[in-house]
Formats: sequence, structure tokens, C-alpha cells
Amino acid sequence: MEVQQGVSETLETTCAATRVEERWAGGRVGRGASLKDCRPTRRRIWRNRRNTALVVLAVGLTMIPVVMILYQITAKGITTMDWEFLTSSMPFSFRREGGGFLNGLVGTAIMVGLASAVSIPLGVLAAVYLVEYGKKNWLAKLIRFFSDVMTGVPSVFVGLFVYTALVIQFGFGALMGAASLAIIMMPIIVRSTEEMLKLVPNELKDASYALGAAKWQTIVKVILPSAAPGITTGVMLAVARAAGETAPLILTALGSYQLTGKLWGEPMSALTLAIFDGARNPFAAGQARAWAGALELLIIVLVFTMVARVVVSRSRISR
Amino acid sequence: MPSSWRRRGVGRKADSLFAIFAGLCGVLILLVLAYMVISTTGTALPVFGSQGISFITSSEWSPSKGQFGSLAFIYGTLITSAIALVIAVPLSLGVSLFLTEYSPKRLKGPVGYAVDLLAAVPSVIYGLWGVFILLPLFLQPAADFLAKYLGFIPMFKGPASGLSYFGAGVILAVMITPIITSLCREVFETVPGADRHAAYALGATKWEMIRQAVLPRGRAGIVGATMLGLGRALGETIAVALLIGSSVRLDASIVRPGYSMAAVIANQFQEATGDHIRALVGIGVVLFALTIIINMGARALVWRFNRA
Repeated sequence: MEVQQGVSETLETTCAATRVEERWAGGRVGRGASLKDCRPTRRRIWRNRRNTALVVLAVGLTMIPVVMILYQITAKGITTMDWEFLTSSMPFSFRREGGGFLNGLVGTAIMVGLASAVSIPLGVLAAVYLVEYGKKNWLAKLIRFFSDVMTGVPSVFVGLFVYTALVIQFGFGALMGAASLAIIMMPIIVRSTEEMLKLVPNELKDASYALGAAKWQTIVKVILPSAAPGITTGVMLAVARAAGETAPLILTALGSYQLTGKLWGEPMSALTLAIFDGARNPFAAGQARAWAGALELLIIVLVFTMVARVVVSRSRISR
Repeated sequence: MPSSWRRRGVGRKADSLFAIFAGLCGVLILLVLAYMVISTTGTALPVFGSQGISFITSSEWSPSKGQFGSLAFIYGTLITSAIALVIAVPLSLGVSLFLTEYSPKRLKGPVGYAVDLLAAVPSVIYGLWGVFILLPLFLQPAADFLAKYLGFIPMFKGPASGLSYFGAGVILAVMITPIITSLCREVFETVPGADRHAAYALGATKWEMIRQAVLPRGRAGIVGATMLGLGRALGETIAVALLIGSSVRLDASIVRPGYSMAAVIANQFQEATGDHIRALVGIGVVLFALTIIINMGARALVWRFNRA
């Protein structure tokens, strides 16, 4: 039976191969020509070259924005970027020169910090549940599916949600901005942490159990530490993503010209909000600050992204 | 081993407590998502009620008269995303094929890094760059060109503006290319070497090998990647808000200014009050439904591909 199947499969493959050859060699094989006539026709060679050229063209086109963004943000940002820009807040008019985005930088730091403090432990624990407890039961499948769905929810909608759920009652503020960022970060952390926890070898867990450790002890003292570099990578990427978010903050933190440390009851600025305002206003001084702010933000985001890459490449457990 | 580990009973109780706590964290995600839908829909309900079906079928948007028809914004979202896909999918396929099939080893790293870097750039920076650099350099001339030479087609009718559906579509294309590229790349890398060798052994040129061994295997993955890119494009806010031209009129021509759903929320929110805010939340709900459908479809496709 098996042999028969094998033979018929071989036959099928041969037939398919012949059909393909006929097409590739421009029909010459079918008429019983010799093997040397099987060399590619001119049209096939030409098509191959054309498509190679198209692929290279696509790479070239994609590299243009990379180079342009890096170069222009640096070149335009560096002219306004100085000590004053880093250490002072916005002037009250876009027309005035000088001043900087310290209010935005502090706002971003506070809100991303708060969001991390909430979403990292919750996200990691949820991932622990998925890998160590839920595994393939219906609840774990449901959580997995909906955290995937949540990574695709538009960030502006998260902002709208926090607006309707919190801001209407308590007003704009850093806490509300942080809540929206936490909701954006959490599913990213859950999914990336889950992937990393799956990679922890069973031998390690078995050894821990053999020493008499309980399951929670194994998780806290063996599984999480050995997956730590991978988890850090996911967390860093989530932080970078949160630091670059603008839309949810418009609806929750609103933005402000002043440096403030109050967590609620008063709108707070963020780097991204300050850049957005600068990009929308018609005055040269405001635009110049926006470019410098963009450089500042780009550096922050890229540092987090790069650290994430370095950490994962140093990890002992890898794919 | 610390002596405290050996105490019996304590470990057992702690174990189930830990399990319950971890489970609660997982359930929290479901609760937040559910509350998201309830809270926003609840807020928008009065407007849904007063506008009825015309909320999505009418393009009459005048908050001062209490008329909220968001068809123009839905159209704007769909047309900008379509433009983005038309540009980004071929580019992404090209780049991912280059990275998996063509690239010499020396180039693989730098090109891969560059694409990842593009994915890490925040959308407000794309917006800033788009408005001050890309607009005068490329978007405005390209829109003028389209209107001048293809203006007889209603789709490209002038007078052309760089701040338009077209401009927003181009910037979206730049933003989703890295997403589609990295997913396609993963898919192409799963094609077994034996398949490639078999195609070469039959005398295939490199392109024929790709056409007949690589692409068919990755079809589901490519479609899934495209839909994830689409999901991202639909919800993208800030860059689009800066480049789409901010007109509430529905215009069939892609070189004319318009609005997308996410952009109108971001731009009008700060000066909106009362029913206007509720209507903006309602637009958010429609946008959410649209992206959820697209994303679920994409996940289903990618999952099917991973299992096969």
C-alpha cells in the first residue's frame, strides 16, 4: 500500500516536472529534443533579470525614507538642541524663540514610568498564567486571542476609552495618560513574555521540582530569572512604543506649556504632544523646537530599541 | 536550599494563591477589552440613537447644526489605507525577497536593521517629516503631476494638493512597509531548502524558483501580513492628521484634501463639546469595529499558516 502510494507520488511528480519543463524550455522538450535544448529561453532570462532589478529597486526605495529621516531629523534638530532646550520649558508663545521641551520630557518620563510600573508586573504574571497554568485550556486560549486582538486596537481608540471611563469624571491628567499607555503596553508585554517563557527548557523546571521547590518557587526563582533577558527585550520594545505614542495622550493628558509634577487634576505635556503642536503651528521658532524635540524623542526610542536588541543577543536561552 | 522552602502546607497554599493571582492578571485583559467596548459605545449611544443609520451613510458633518454623518471619514480611512497598501505591498515583498533570497551576507544585517529602524520611528516624527520635508519635495509635485496628466480621470481630478488622501497614503505606506516586510520575511524563511533545490534542479531560473517554490508556500502568510499592515494603517492617527488636509467634505479625487476617522478624532477633539464629542467617540467605535474585523481575519490566516 505504502509502496504503491510512493510510486504514484513519484509518477505525479515526474509528470508535473515534465509539464514545468515544457513551459520553461519553450515547448522544445515535449518534441523530444536533447537535454542541451533545455537551457532557459531568452525571455526567461530577461524576466529573471528584470525581476532582480525590481527587487533591488524596492530595497532602494525603502532605504530612501530611512536615510532621509535620520539625516534630516539630526541636521534640523541639532541646530536648536542645546543646554537651554534640554533644561527649560516651552515659552507661552510659539513665536518666541528659546525655551525647550523639559515639560514634555518630564511628562513622558512620568507617564511612561507609571504605565510601566502597572503593566510590566501584570503583563508578566498574565504570561506566566498562560504558559505555566492555563496552557491550552479555553481561558488561556481566550486570553491569548484577545491580547492579540488588543495589540491591533488603534491607540486613538484606547485614548477615547480612557476619556469616557476616567477623564469625564476626573479631568485630564498624567494618571489618565499613564492608564492609556499601560493598556497599550500590556498586550505587547504579555505576548512577548509568553514567547520567552515557552523557551525555558523543561530540564530546568524538573531540576527545581526535584529539589522540592513548589511551583510558585520554581516560577519566581528559576523560570523568570532564566527568561529575564528575553522578557526585558519585550518590555523595552513596549516602553519605546509607549514613549512614541501621541494620539491617546491628546485625549487623556491633553498637553500643557508648564512643567508640572501633579499627577491628576491638571493637564500634563509629553514630548510627542509638544512635537505635534510644533508641527501644526506656522511659526518658525515653534517648528524649530519641534525638530529638536523630534531628535530628542528619536534618540530615546532608538536607545530603548537598541538596548532591547543587545539584551536579547546576550541571552543564553534563544530560539 | 533555604530551610523555608521545606515547610509543607505553606508552599501548597502559596501555590494556589499564586495561580489565582496570575490567572486574574490574564482575565484583567479580557475585562479591560470588554469595558472598552461598553464604555465607549455607552458614551456614543445618544448620537447613534439620534443619527440612526445616517451616522455611517451620510457625509453631512456639521457639529453646529447637530448633523453627524461620518461617511466622508470612513471613505478617507479606506482610501488612504488602500493607497498605502498599493505602494507598501510590492515594496515589502521586494525587500523581504531581497533579504531572504538575493542579499549577499554583508548587506543582510544593515538592510534588516534599517527596516527595523523604520518600524521604531514614532508616528509624530513621520508626521513632522512628512509636512516639512516630504510635502514640498515629493508629495506636492507628485500630486500636481497626477492632476495634470491623469486629471481627466475623476480619481485624479485637480486642483491638486499635497495635503490630501494621496499624501496621507504615501506616509502610511512608509509606516507599514517595515511591518509587512518583517512578517513576509519570517514566512519566506520557513520555505525548506529542499523546495528551492528541487526547483533549481528542474532548471528554474532564480525568479522561477521564487515564483514556484517560495511564493506559493507563503501565500497565506503574505495575505495575513498585508491585513496586519492594513489594520495598522486604518488606526494610524497623528501622521495622517498632519498630512490629510483636514477637509470634512467627501471628495472622490485622491489629490484633494479630506479626513480619516482617526485624524478627525485627534484634530477636532480639543475644541469639541457635548454631542460633538459623543459623535467623535462614535467614530472611534466604528473604527474599532473595522480594525477588529480586519485583525481577527489576519490572525486567523497567520495562525492557519503557522499550523500548516
